[in-house]
Amino acid sequence: MLTLLAVVPMLLMLSTMFFRRGRFGGVVYEFTTANFSRLFQPLYLNVIQDSLVVAGVVTVLALLIGYPTAYAIAQLPPKWKTIALLAVMLPFWTNFLIRMYAWTILLSGPGLVNEALTGIGLIDKPLELLYTRGTVVVGLLYGYLSLMILPIYSAVERLDPRLREASANLGASPVRTFFSVTLPLTLPSALIGAVLVFVPSFGNFVVPEILGGGKAIMVGNLIRDQFLKARDWPFGATIALVMVVVTVVLLLAQAVVSRRTRSA
Amino acid sequence: MTLLSIEGVSRKFGNVTALSDVSIDIQQGEFFALLGPSGCGKTTLLRILAGFETPDQGGVRLDGTDLLKLAPHKRPVNLMFQSYALFPHMTVAKNVAYGLERENLPRAEIKARVGEVLEKVGLEPMANRRPAQLSGGQQQRVALARAIVKRPRLLLLDEPLSALDKKVRAEMQLELKRLQHEVGITFVVVTHDQEEAMSLADRIAVMDQGRVEQVDAPVTLYDRPRTYFVADFIGANNLFTGAIRGGVFSAEGLGPLPSKATTADGSAALAIRPERVRLTEPTPGMVQGVVVDVSFYGGVSHIAVEVTGLGRKVLAATQGSARITPGTVVGVTWRPEDAVLIPN
Repeated sequence: MLTLLAVVPMLLMLSTMFFRRGRFGGVVYEFTTANFSRLFQPLYLNVIQDSLVVAGVVTVLALLIGYPTAYAIAQLPPKWKTIALLAVMLPFWTNFLIRMYAWTILLSGPGLVNEALTGIGLIDKPLELLYTRGTVVVGLLYGYLSLMILPIYSAVERLDPRLREASANLGASPVRTFFSVTLPLTLPSALIGAVLVFVPSFGNFVVPEILGGGKAIMVGNLIRDQFLKARDWPFGATIALVMVVVTVVLLLAQAVVSRRTRSA
Repeated sequence: MTLLSIEGVSRKFGNVTALSDVSIDIQQGEFFALLGPSGCGKTTLLRILAGFETPDQGGVRLDGTDLLKLAPHKRPVNLMFQSYALFPHMTVAKNVAYGLERENLPRAEIKARVGEVLEKVGLEPMANRRPAQLSGGQQQRVALARAIVKRPRLLLLDEPLSALDKKVRAEMQLELKRLQHEVGITFVVVTHDQEEAMSLADRIAVMDQGRVEQVDAPVTLYDRPRTYFVADFIGANNLFTGAIRGGVFSAEGLGPLPSKATTADGSAALAIRPERVRLTEPTPGMVQGVVVDVSFYGGVSHIAVEVTGLGRKVLAATQGSARITPGTVVGVTWRPEDAVLIPN
């Protein structure tokens, strides 16, 4: 039932990509493939490529930061575990928008970071920290890092400690044990985390707008603009298809890899 | 020749004493069992030998070298885990090869040794399966193969048969014994199952509350228990508390009982095995009671006798079916030399 409620409206929306837009918005039901040829214009392909790169960088960074963090949390004594997990989830209780605006305060010309850096004499004049692609990456990373940490944490936590003991008992050093036992067995969860971080990063339009200053446009901005500003639903739906395809491909890849790691 | 010597090992977890001044010597090639109820410290001792725990006090020497100074992955000691702890993402062959790969042996030698050990445990056809595709008995054999393929000086087995059903367990018991003779590795098995310990081991250390109660061969443990705990824990036993005075043991509320006192005067307990108890016509001066229950187990019958002045019933075992019926008044006796006296 839930699937039906999710899939039917999505299919209805996507089906509009085969039609023409109305002069004042809406859809004229007249078959056309013009939306697809438009998608392959360099302008739009560039945005899609940029978005893939940004989301990819965010995902890799999240993995590099998230895995050690999750691993470290799982080794803490129970009391500290709870506190650390709470700290990871705490930002979720604040609105995403507000958290992003908080970054503009931190990073703006006369902001906290620049003040501090000039204060200790590291720099003479404020750095351009805001409104770059790097800022977008930082914002997305900050926004979605916990989606990487939580699945990895639960996988490390679930891992039978006797498997690591068995590995040591058979002569494996702690490093060897990590790469031969711990990592392969927690990899499926890390991939889930990667999908969870990549998909919303790829489609995000709030962060590029607030922290990217509208200069670093991403797929999400395109879709939103087509629907809300240009009132071109058919073309908006066509770009949205790119997102759906990317998401499905990632989920399939994740499923294939984790099936191979588990008992096959 | 002593292979492993455990000297005065103690370990506390908070207020709980897991091990208290434990000393045991284990011989080269021996099949040794650590037996005791759960929580007696036997698993802690095993984990100390494997290097997953460190004792608060005491030493462990293997062949004269200090084992405690070695990191877990450098000890010539392999452990077969109770839960088997097979690597779920590797095939059977990979699981078994894991330990040899860590020794950086040539690939051909690893392959040969893995094949050899899998043949020994009868799992060659399963080499390319994953652990999840195997039955409990097969997983157990993979765990065993993985542990012995490294040819350790000492093989530790933690409750090796507890996860198996009764029939498979009996088969595996025989197989373990055969394997131990074949590979000539010293085995130390931890178990709470006394039948398992009795049937497998050359010698058994009975443990209770972190202490070693007695170390002896199974038959000696059964016939000559040295402590009350061992007499009570190993097999069925009738125990009477009382005291020895002038070479005669008198039970509380019963008076003198047949025994050959070799120990000094003082409070003591008398243990007599059910199969040594004889039920006769009651005569004056003899312990008397009323038969309350007769159970036939095929092969043996157990007869419970209610003895006046005694809290617990006296149990007697006879071969075949018993011709006695509940309600009969009987005399309870035994040969003095069959009774074991345990000083307190």
